[in-house]
Amino acid sequence: MQRIVLVGCGVVGQGFLEIISRKRNILKRMGLDFRIVGVIDSSGGVIDENGIDPLKILEIKKRGNLPEGIRFEDVINSVDFDIGIEVTPTNPDTGEPGLSYIKAMIERGVDVITSNKGPLIVAYKDLMRLASKNGVQFKFEATVGGAMPVISLVERSLAGNQILSIEGIFNGTSNYILSRMEKELLPYSQVLLEAQELGIAEKDPTFDVEGIDTAGKLVILANAIMGIDAGIKDVEITGITGITTEAMDLAQRNGYAIRLIGEANREGQLKVSPKLIPRFHPLALDGTLNAALIQTDLAGEVFIIGRGAGKIETASAILSDLISIST
Amino acid sequence: MRITLDLEIKDVPGELIKVLHPISDHGGNIISIVHNRDKSTPRGRVPVKITFEIDRKLFEGVMRDLKDREIDIIRVGEQRLLEKKTVLLIGHIVHTDLTDTIDRIDSTGFAEVVDLQLTMPDLNYPSAALVTVSATGKKELGKALEILKDVGKKKKILVIEPVET
Ligand SMILES: NC(=O)c1ccc[n+]([C@@H]2O[C@H](COP(=O)([O-])OP(=O)(O)OC[C@H]3O[C@@H](n4cnc5c(N)ncnc54)[C@H](OP(=O)(O)O)[C@@H]3O)[C@@H](O)[C@H]2O)c1
Repeated sequence: MQRIVLVGCGVVGQGFLEIISRKRNILKRMGLDFRIVGVIDSSGGVIDENGIDPLKILEIKKRGNLPEGIRFEDVINSVDFDIGIEVTPTNPDTGEPGLSYIKAMIERGVDVITSNKGPLIVAYKDLMRLASKNGVQFKFEATVGGAMPVISLVERSLAGNQILSIEGIFNGTSNYILSRMEKELLPYSQVLLEAQELGIAEKDPTFDVEGIDTAGKLVILANAIMGIDAGIKDVEITGITGITTEAMDLAQRNGYAIRLIGEANREGQLKVSPKLIPRFHPLALDGTLNAALIQTDLAGEVFIIGRGAGKIETASAILSDLISIST
Repeated sequence: MRITLDLEIKDVPGELIKVLHPISDHGGNIISIVHNRDKSTPRGRVPVKITFEIDRKLFEGVMRDLKDREIDIIRVGEQRLLEKKTVLLIGHIVHTDLTDTIDRIDSTGFAEVVDLQLTMPDLNYPSAALVTVSATGKKELGKALEILKDVGKKKKILVIEPVET
């Protein structure tokens, strides 16, 4: 039996609780028995060493927050657990609160899974060192490309290959906006409003449309699968807000799409910028999809495509990390 | 730049290597070798056609070495403008003197703007241009694009490049 603590219980955290409950039988057949022994949100928490019913937590969250009184410190100090799942909001400048939570759990000697880019962007190397010093596993598949399993693809299926370069679409919001602009020849401002109404873009879309989110994911990929020691300041970033309908139209009439592309190569160059993409190129994608074109020394080109975000999709990446840690 | 050499060599082992060394010694990148054994000349020599890319400055050294080795050079041909890339510019392109930008590329001698499409929206609104630049080699194309990006930076023009692969 593996005892789990869930830190953060928003979209992704609740998605995780939902699928852990839904997949209980399949997991059992795989010989896996997960027990939730603690859940924390921004104002409180629940702990029970005998196991918490995920559906009960979902019920409580439907109505509001978890009962006040229990804090992360209480969990760290008084609950026995094996795996911590950290899914609090991203802060790309400080990594907090996730960074402190992850460090505390690693130092406690438990394996950690996160979907939060912040701590990795700020302190990738430190966290890896800390994890290896404490002999624990630290997994973060959900941080890049959501359900698109790019990290495990490289780590497991392409093991032994050297990664020469990666080019990809890592931000569904920008990709949605650009592909809508192209199809309808509508101005950026109008498509942004539409995306906000649909819940695809946030109220403040800066992170997504200025390329910062993509840059963060690129930094994680560079560190994790290309062995490049880089931070966000090493990424040359250009966003999509300067792209006009006229430019879109001109590109389209000449057989090109424009998409926000993140790219990393072996020389350590990291760049996020809108690029011209020939219509039939695999990266000329529509909608909120994510994709990556990976150049390897042995396997040649490998292309992967998938859903970059979403409650259940992101939880799927966490579950896959969880199973890989536990088997 | 890309060079194609037509040579004739003796039909004995080791002759071809003798020709290739000067090219690789000077950093040339050999793209194709056609060794025409079937078409040997009345003098019993074999025509060879070699295509390679090399830095313009280093080409002289290759020719010197080939001559030192007494290789029969029949013809030297430079292929011009064989690398091409299309970029999209967004900004106040016309106001900022587009011809000046094109001139800067054309005057390099190794690159030219071979196609240009321009949209002209309302005054004071950014326009867009799709520019195709051609150059004598990959490196030269890279340099020409650097010029464009440099102009872009100074004149606040967004330069959108094509994907690498
Ligand atoms: N949503 C996606 O599709 C997606 C995809 C990939 C990665 N991610 C990443 O996954 C993480 C979670 O995303 P999300 O969409 O689930 O965000 P969310 O809905 O905002 O949930 C965040 C959760 O963290 C809790 N929290 C906030 N501050 C906290 C603190 N100081 N201590 C403890 N808990 C705290 C919140 O508590 P309350 O419930 O009390 O507000 C909430 O439960 C983020 O880092 C995000 O970037 C999300």
